[in-house]
Amino acid sequence: MELNSYQQEALNYQRPNIEKFGKRNWFFAIFFGLWVLAGLYALYLQIAKGHGVTGMRDNVVWGLFIVNFIFFIGLSYAGAIIAGVLHLLNVPWGKPIVRLAQMMTVISVIVGPVFILLCVGRFDRLWHLFVYPRIQSPMTWDVMAVVTFLVGAVLLLYLALVKDFAVYRDAKLNVPKWRQKLYAFFANGYRGGASQKKHLIVSQNLLSIIMIPLSIVVASILSWIFGMTLRPGWHSTIFGPYFVLGALFSGIGVLIVAMWVYRRMYKLEKYFTDKHFINLGYIMMILAAGYGYFTFSEYFTSWFGSEKWDNDVIHKLFSLSEYGWWTLFANVAGIVLPILIVAIPATRKPKWITLSAFIMVFALWVKRYLIIVPTLETPAIPMQDTRMEYVKYSATWPEWVLTFAGIATFLLFFTLISKFVTVVPITGLEDPNAIKQQESAPAKTGM
Amino acid sequence: MKQDEMNDKSRRNFLKNTAIAAVAATACGSLACSCSSKKESAGKVKLLSPDGEIVEIDSAYLNHQEHMAIVSKLEAREGIAGKKFVMVVDLALCKNARKCITACQKWHYRPEETEWLTVKLMKDSEKAAPYWFPKQCFHCDNPPCVKVCPVDATYKRQDGLVLIDNERCIGCKFCMAACPYSTRVFNWDEPELTVDIRNLVSNPETNIPAKVGTVEKCDFCPDRAREGLLPPCVEACPNGVFYFGDENEDTVTNGSETVSFSQLIKDRAAYRFLEELGTKPRVYYLPPKDRQFPVERGYEDLDSNIKERFKYIMEPDQKKS
Repeated sequence: MELNSYQQEALNYQRPNIEKFGKRNWFFAIFFGLWVLAGLYALYLQIAKGHGVTGMRDNVVWGLFIVNFIFFIGLSYAGAIIAGVLHLLNVPWGKPIVRLAQMMTVISVIVGPVFILLCVGRFDRLWHLFVYPRIQSPMTWDVMAVVTFLVGAVLLLYLALVKDFAVYRDAKLNVPKWRQKLYAFFANGYRGGASQKKHLIVSQNLLSIIMIPLSIVVASILSWIFGMTLRPGWHSTIFGPYFVLGALFSGIGVLIVAMWVYRRMYKLEKYFTDKHFINLGYIMMILAAGYGYFTFSEYFTSWFGSEKWDNDVIHKLFSLSEYGWWTLFANVAGIVLPILIVAIPATRKPKWITLSAFIMVFALWVKRYLIIVPTLETPAIPMQDTRMEYVKYSATWPEWVLTFAGIATFLLFFTLISKFVTVVPITGLEDPNAIKQQESAPAKTGM
Repeated sequence: MKQDEMNDKSRRNFLKNTAIAAVAATACGSLACSCSSKKESAGKVKLLSPDGEIVEIDSAYLNHQEHMAIVSKLEAREGIAGKKFVMVVDLALCKNARKCITACQKWHYRPEETEWLTVKLMKDSEKAAPYWFPKQCFHCDNPPCVKVCPVDATYKRQDGLVLIDNERCIGCKFCMAACPYSTRVFNWDEPELTVDIRNLVSNPETNIPAKVGTVEKCDFCPDRAREGLLPPCVEACPNGVFYFGDENEDTVTNGSETVSFSQLIKDRAAYRFLEELGTKPRVYYLPPKDRQFPVERGYEDLDSNIKERFKYIMEPDQKKS
């Protein structure tokens, strides 16, 4: 594989990151690994003792698990859209972060569905989904959509990696034999010939074009699991686009945080520049405004129309003795804060943008909780149950442990992948100075 | 050659043995079913008496009601030909005697906490008078639960019933989220099964035995309907609140009187609960006009924990203090 000097430099710079597994990496890997083990224990309890160990009951039939499902799956759709747009529009500054977005896509589409499986009472019958599918059910649509998306996301990440694998293969990295063999295997004989180049770019383009609308379809289908039911706070025409936007929004947040962490950890200031934070910050601000607009029109129409059932949910959300404080937090920290941080020049710095993105991501997780639980706590027929756990949902420790185990799995994947491939793609990179020169002399290109 | 012969012989023996074993197993199965009621003292069984008391009886003395699946799973999906089951609930007659609930739990072998049939205390608006509201599954003609089931475990039959195959259900609970009437219940933990039903083969018409991690609900007792019997809730009600019958025949009965379905819902201005949702329930309610009992009659003598459910309506002042 031929590399230009800029790419060669990027390779040499990142070489130690994938060659060495330092103490800090071990610490993180073990820490996350322990959480995963704790999660497996909670999972064992849930399977052995039944779903009674969770806080879910007949009224609130879904809890933290489905919140996590929406959250992670949302990240993956966002990753696919961001990576797809950056790739197709050939945005020069976007090159170093495309891989990050694609990694996020694949990791979260692996972690996310685990959480929907945790909602299923009978693991042993999952195959029924494929043997007796009812095409009418949004759940069936979701199964098909997520499986398709998973395949697409893995393929796209792989295609984007082929050239880099060839680079790692040829670079004679100081890594164990099995890893060198693995690089060679994944490089799949890529030598950079004209025909190989052409096929690779065509398939990458095609897949990117497919993945963008697919993400929108899949995010909408996810929303329809809720939107298609006759329940206040769910049964809303806005739900499809609302979820698409919410997914993108939280995805940008996680991308910013991931960029910041890798920049610190692997000293990638040269590739993840302040400009990246500011550009993504702008996108985050626009999405925050859009999300705020959707949230407002959702609440406002419900409240203004004041149908009894709708109003019950709105009341729950805004009454300070119920979910009021959380609603306030989700909307201030999730919408107002990122807008202000990016809008004010003094705080438009990587540090502050990352902090606001981090808080926003948490706020959006809370927002998903507020979409799911209060609605389930508001059935049309009065609950009139003496068993408090049937009336009000409160998550139990196995649910929390599994939640943290999910987050730990997500982070563990990020830790391990960054030790196997470079976080900043080598072959996709273009020298920013060269780009500038081209831009300043457009006449030369013969347009 | 010899080797082949040997193989052949052993295969024949194997087949023969298998056949014998299969026959024996079937025979044992049926024997076990027919004998269990007479044979040895099979241990004490806790039962709910019709008065709602828990009594302990030696299961040998029990006259077992057969809960065998009478029909195949395929038939259980099609329904009883020519029927269109319907129920009418007379709210003017209900005094929350709760006999329907215990009878239902007894027939379906459900524990006390599991109420397929439940009685709610409704108060439609601030000034409105509260009334007792018994609620089964509405067996909607446009059932939101059936639409969302990803594996076709819950389905609509030609006789109007919505049933669940608890051997196909994967327990995703989507149907529970989709049902606007909170009809469905979930087996969160391994259900406690009495000895006599533990080994029965489950059928969508009986859903016995219950299975952990699956959804269940009121099924209008189609196994009884096949034998010309009324659901236990209808039979147990001391006030004749429930009228059960066939829309095609245009007759419903509460056990003591049999009336014309169309005439009844016309004369008494029947309505369906939350008609505006478009689910087209098969249960009709007769408004609580000219009530036979004051609402307090169903409240005063309740167990304290059940009383607790309705306190916020019956004693709103106390709740505040």
